[in-house]
Amino acid sequence: MMSSDEWNISPASMDEVKHLVSERALAGETVLLNMGPQHPSTHGVLRLLLELDGEQVVNCIPDVGFLHTGIEKNMESKTYIKAEVMTDRLDYLNNTGNNLTYCMAIEKLCELDVPPRAQVIRVILAELQRIASHLIWLATHALDVAAQSVFLYCFREREAILDILELVSGQRMMTTYIRPGGLWRDVPVEFEEVVRNFLKTFPARVDEYDALLTKNPLFMSRLKGIGMLPPEVALNYGVTGPMLRASGSDHDLRKVQPYSGYEQYEFEVPTSTECDSYARYLVRMEEMRQSVRIAEQALNKLPTGPVRSDNRKYVPPPRSELGTSMEALIHHFKLWTEGFTPPKGSVYASTESPRGELSVYLESDGGPKPYRVHWRTPSFTNLQILPILSKGHLVADMVVLIGTTDIVLGDVDR
Amino acid sequence: MDEHIQSVVTVFSERFGTGVYEFRGEVSLILTSDRIVAACQSLRDEFDFELLTEETAVDYWPEQTPRFHLVYRLRSLKHNTIIGLRMPVDGNDPTIPSLIGLYANANWFERELWDMFGIHFEGHPDLRRVVMPEDWVGHPLRKDYPLGYEEVQYTFNFDEIDARKPYAKE
Repeated sequence: MMSSDEWNISPASMDEVKHLVSERALAGETVLLNMGPQHPSTHGVLRLLLELDGEQVVNCIPDVGFLHTGIEKNMESKTYIKAEVMTDRLDYLNNTGNNLTYCMAIEKLCELDVPPRAQVIRVILAELQRIASHLIWLATHALDVAAQSVFLYCFREREAILDILELVSGQRMMTTYIRPGGLWRDVPVEFEEVVRNFLKTFPARVDEYDALLTKNPLFMSRLKGIGMLPPEVALNYGVTGPMLRASGSDHDLRKVQPYSGYEQYEFEVPTSTECDSYARYLVRMEEMRQSVRIAEQALNKLPTGPVRSDNRKYVPPPRSELGTSMEALIHHFKLWTEGFTPPKGSVYASTESPRGELSVYLESDGGPKPYRVHWRTPSFTNLQILPILSKGHLVADMVVLIGTTDIVLGDVDR
Repeated sequence: MDEHIQSVVTVFSERFGTGVYEFRGEVSLILTSDRIVAACQSLRDEFDFELLTEETAVDYWPEQTPRFHLVYRLRSLKHNTIIGLRMPVDGNDPTIPSLIGLYANANWFERELWDMFGIHFEGHPDLRRVVMPEDWVGHPLRKDYPLGYEEVQYTFNFDEIDARKPYAKE
């Protein structure tokens, strides 16, 4: 058993945060408690400094940066194509979504056209990735409130999605499959059948989780009324994604600012006005069903044709041309050594990631490397709401609140 | 240009004398740092830009003075528009007013700017480093900050380099 002194934080870090805690903490009436960064329910390496009055949270001070890898700085030192592999590592549950955002920024900057087949495949993969990400959220969220079997079921389904990603790209997670101007290469012939099989079985599986959790009294009592987020607070804190939609807004970039041809698909944006963790749970569950709908429609209209733009100044030629075409060989060599040089200027591209608005600010100085890349990641913004959500709740509810904000620390720290 | 954005551009060039920069259909207003709070206040209250989506900076050292450009991006859900603000900031002890009173999520954006660029925000209640360790020296995203790599130590300069190496010392 540890003594109470060991639980408290050291005096050095106390100095640093003393303007953030209440006066009662300075007088020693309340306890300061470290949660994380190695606590399993913090979903990565998030450290929370909690000021507790008994079991009640008075203040919560998130401390991030344990997963900071300097991606923005590193991207400045690589060519546009080579920097793309780093985008996978930002939000490691939304890899194709990150690739998509980055490629959209480059396509906007260079005015590249993407062939229709590539657009449709992008949508299918982005929606599958959304399902996979929500499955991880559901799995860990349920596990945090002690529903263990859901965790294993969700990972079974996620595995099927990772298998699809492996099928198309050779990688389960860090795919780098979406490239500026299209895709790395066309999908293999069995792609359609595998995705169709998955989409056929998956809705029944969501119903199964629904049956396990939605009306489960234990689950409901842990989530209902926990972490109320009024709409005006959500907007003031710049919260986006399912969290904002569970607070009554229907803001979804796929609807309001369609990209990659999302305007062709019929789907609903689930919303709720309940503003609590349970509402956010319902919204995300419904989003998985809608993603299946989008992916199904996309699969049904999958056109034939090329999957890469034939603008050779930006997009490397297919491998098959290298043996016969001198120009293709020159382009290949130039693009993979020096890289392409977009015009001078800055662009901002955004997509709807499973967590909210994921955007990249890309500035070019006319050289082969990005001059400045800034990732506006949804987790970074959404995490700031945690101190507001947690006020007055019990310590046990902290794990629910971390789960319901659905953060990915790679996305927060970059 | 979208009607809503057009009206913002017209009003702002009259009221704040802002310049306009348009590239690939994205509109940015260029203004000076003493106007930023008033401008954002007016964007939020008059023109319904409810969300501060992004606040970041670009370092133009050594080619340009002033050295930094701060880049803000505000989104209006009501009108479904997005607008950028660019603000040149001098590199010599850069200090600009904080937006935290208008948009609460400016908190961490500004902490990140302090951390990465060394830009100081007046009126920010909690200006600590956010992702780098609190005892870190330097601001990594500045262009004069090297990407990394360890300095090679020789016998003649071992102690000199060792003294400024960023690892834990006793």
